[in-house]
Amino acid sequence: MITKKSSKILKYTLAYIAVLLFVFPLYVIINNSLKPFADVRISEMWIPAQNLSFEGYAEAFVKLGQNIQNSFMLVIPVSLFSVMFGAIIGFIFAKVKFKYSNTIFALVIFGMFIPYQSILIPLVRTMNTIGLYGHLSGLMVTHVIYGLPISSLMFRNYYAKLPDELLEAGMIDGLRLVGVFRKVVVPISLPTMVVVLIWQFTSVWNDFLFAVVLTQRPSIQPITVALQNLAGTQVIEWNVQMAGALIAAIPTLLVYIFLGKYFIQGLLSGSVKG
Amino acid sequence: MYCAKKDRRIAVLILLPMLLVLFIFVYGFIAWSLRISFTDWNSILPNMTSVGFENYQRLFSSQRFQTDIRNTIFFTLFFLVICIVGGFFLSYLLYSKLRGESFLRTIYLFPLSLSFVVTGVLWRWIFSPEVGINSLFRMMGFEATFGWFTSTYSIGGFNVALIALIIAASWQYLGYTMAMFLAGLRGIPDQLIESAQIDGAGELAITWYIILPLIKPITFSAMIVLGHISLKIFDLAYVMTGKGPAFVTDFPGLFMFETTFRGNHYAEGAAISIIMLILVAVVIVPYLISTLRGDSE
Amino acid sequence: MKKRIMVGLLVALMATTMIFAQGTSDAKAESNTLEIFSWWTAGGEADGLEAMYNEFHRQYPGIEIINATVAGGAGTNAKAVLATRMQGGNPPDSFQVHAGHELIDTWVVSGFMEPVTFVLEDAGYMDKFPEDVIDIISYEGEVYSIPVNIHRSNVMWYSPKLFARFNLQPPKTMADFFRVAEVFKANGIPALALGDNEIWAATHLLESVILAHTGPDKYNALWEGNVMWNDAQVRSALNDFAKMMGYINRDHAALANMDAAGYVAEGKAAMNVMGDWAAGYYYSQGFKQGEDWDWVPTPGTSGNFIMLSDSFGLPKNAPNRDNVIKWLTLCASKEGQDAFNPIKGSIPSRIDGDRSKYDRYLNAAMDDFASNAIVPSVAHGAAISEPWLTRINDIMSVFVTDLNVDKAITEFQAAADRYAPK
Repeated sequence: MITKKSSKILKYTLAYIAVLLFVFPLYVIINNSLKPFADVRISEMWIPAQNLSFEGYAEAFVKLGQNIQNSFMLVIPVSLFSVMFGAIIGFIFAKVKFKYSNTIFALVIFGMFIPYQSILIPLVRTMNTIGLYGHLSGLMVTHVIYGLPISSLMFRNYYAKLPDELLEAGMIDGLRLVGVFRKVVVPISLPTMVVVLIWQFTSVWNDFLFAVVLTQRPSIQPITVALQNLAGTQVIEWNVQMAGALIAAIPTLLVYIFLGKYFIQGLLSGSVKG
Repeated sequence: MYCAKKDRRIAVLILLPMLLVLFIFVYGFIAWSLRISFTDWNSILPNMTSVGFENYQRLFSSQRFQTDIRNTIFFTLFFLVICIVGGFFLSYLLYSKLRGESFLRTIYLFPLSLSFVVTGVLWRWIFSPEVGINSLFRMMGFEATFGWFTSTYSIGGFNVALIALIIAASWQYLGYTMAMFLAGLRGIPDQLIESAQIDGAGELAITWYIILPLIKPITFSAMIVLGHISLKIFDLAYVMTGKGPAFVTDFPGLFMFETTFRGNHYAEGAAISIIMLILVAVVIVPYLISTLRGDSE
Repeated sequence: MKKRIMVGLLVALMATTMIFAQGTSDAKAESNTLEIFSWWTAGGEADGLEAMYNEFHRQYPGIEIINATVAGGAGTNAKAVLATRMQGGNPPDSFQVHAGHELIDTWVVSGFMEPVTFVLEDAGYMDKFPEDVIDIISYEGEVYSIPVNIHRSNVMWYSPKLFARFNLQPPKTMADFFRVAEVFKANGIPALALGDNEIWAATHLLESVILAHTGPDKYNALWEGNVMWNDAQVRSALNDFAKMMGYINRDHAALANMDAAGYVAEGKAAMNVMGDWAAGYYYSQGFKQGEDWDWVPTPGTSGNFIMLSDSFGLPKNAPNRDNVIKWLTLCASKEGQDAFNPIKGSIPSRIDGDRSKYDRYLNAAMDDFASNAIVPSVAHGAAISEPWLTRINDIMSVFVTDLNVDKAITEFQAAADRYAPK
């Protein structure tokens, strides 16, 4: 759209004021994470760090190192499983017509909108019964299951756009449905696989509710829960808390910065329409 | 797509176990919670004696739950308005082909990649009444005594302590509506706007008469998605403020977590969760039906 | 492409199996360990626990202690974690629990605990504990937890400097309190520091105010459900509580309880009512008794001792039962208690603590404990069950803000009707 020069200047001004508003919390977090404990004082939160120190980071790493590892151990398998199951479910709903398939799919999708509180008590009981309560694996199973709706949806939206002729050509070459999926569909699914992978990586990394309910031992807690516990202690060690918050944010931030396109694609598919 | 009968059967067989697990974990568990919400299980040991609607009655008459519902309504309202208006505004700026657009977009969107826990830790310090933004104002020479999320002041039922939470949540989600609107704006054919400009329409007129009507469906989707997020809100409030004095920053999700896993009032917790589910379903189900129906046509 | 995806999935599957295998094997791998669960994460409490661990390591060098702590004042977070772990059949070896109704109503009645009477008997410690302490930790004739300490709830910490500046004496009665509070208020100093970002701190204050008005017998009867909340003395206690809220620090709702105690030592506020773990906190921060802080029983409660006790128990199916028994024996021993208590700022639950190890405050507390009327604390789970306390805290959260005494009485009574022993 062509606009006048004066309004362009106004727009630049507004756009960069907005940038300031978005970035100033980052200033707080980075500034205070770099202060030594001795300088972390109540009235000095806004004053730039005088004596740069990595004390806070060192201590945050000591306290949270194990939890970061736990988060990776959790997030990587969950993302891969979500891709695998999501692709299969999404493909079938997109390309195989059977009775009530639309209704059933709607029921699947509803699963991603429910408040998880409404399944929490039975979930804890069930995990307990099958012996996965209090283990990272229990949290993993939980995330894979409740990640199915969104992953299936993303794949279904993608597969729905594939022309039927492409698949039917494979059939003519003598492949069955499973063969078509493996030899024709999977190889061209990479973009969506990345979207799902990134989406699940971020949302599982950032999850708090399931983690806080299902993992109790500090040694197996993911980073979000450990960070909250760190922040809940009574001695105000801002530098450590801020450093910890930044450490917890870095993996998803990196994913966002380097794979932003896919991240946004995943984000937008959350509103159901592809 | 054409598909042999045998293939279709295989597909259904593959699908069945996965759907079974999912439906047990979603609908089976919801039914289970519903069942618990009608019992007297309010201690460590399960007690499945049925008490009818007693838990619900007690909830609706409790001051805490009433406050929670009020907080949810106000929070949702402000959160939606800020995100929709602010998000449209930002997307419109980007749509005007500013230089450095991708940089700006990256900045507006980055909070979305953060956990609510990180956001909560961060903003708790920023709004902490003695040390946070107040001390910044004091450094500038203003008297700043507002208690932010610890304030118990209330205007017409709106607890002003919620402002801190609304700002933090909006900071995180403004980028989301921005991205949705931007995608919508990009979908508007250039000729439409160009021809309006040739007809002499100004920027405001074009925005008002052409752009806004065209992005209405997106606004609606954004409202639904953000609305259901705010109805479910838990992490942010739990980390940033907790329930607050006199429950000024309490929400049903928080109450459910505390009463269930701290107070061992399982039946009461289940009842809250069912009410939350109903609230979300009221928003989501019609939307799901309409979008999926539109899809298949 | 296909290959790469297959490799990816294979890696995922392997990772999963590894985690599953690890999950099921950790109980066996940690056979010579002892997991102690508590909410002692900072200050004198954490240091005291550390001292006990050192004593344990000295006696049993081969056993590794896993110090499982969950932060959050008065253990609200930790209790949630504990409840889910216990129900999940994944108990810690031993956990910190307030002796009294919190232990008995929550854990013993529901059958999660093993009796530990034999620990005391085998070590010959049965007669080393006062009888009323044994009563509190017992249910149907069996002891269910080992109390490591005794804390006092009704202590008022005050700033000697501020009192000296205005030539005032620390208050002995509620009337005294309001008189001195008025002086501080007129000089722009918060008379009473309160840090109720976790609401139990307000409940903690309330129990002292109630005791000041009712005396010990009616106090006990109230928590046994035998006195109505609209009783004249209870009502005047609530009135006084509401009045006290006119003298507190503005930022109370944002403050943790220890920050409020700190306000007194830093001279930012004149008085604070908090349990005597505040003394441990003061010591750890280098504040000096008599200069930075001093204490009196909360106004109107001298001659009474509101007690609470931290104790450790033996959950059924504890993974390392033998180690727990060693731990509990240490908790009950003179060495263990004398290692822990001087640092935590509490007194031993045994009668034979080594007085020379305790500071001036704790020696005075030991004297009072031996001579005063002892009543259990409400805010710390000794006097009432957990669900009742949860409800009282909810009511307090609103009461502190709206100060509506009539409404509070109605709600307190409703809670008592529902939860008091029948």
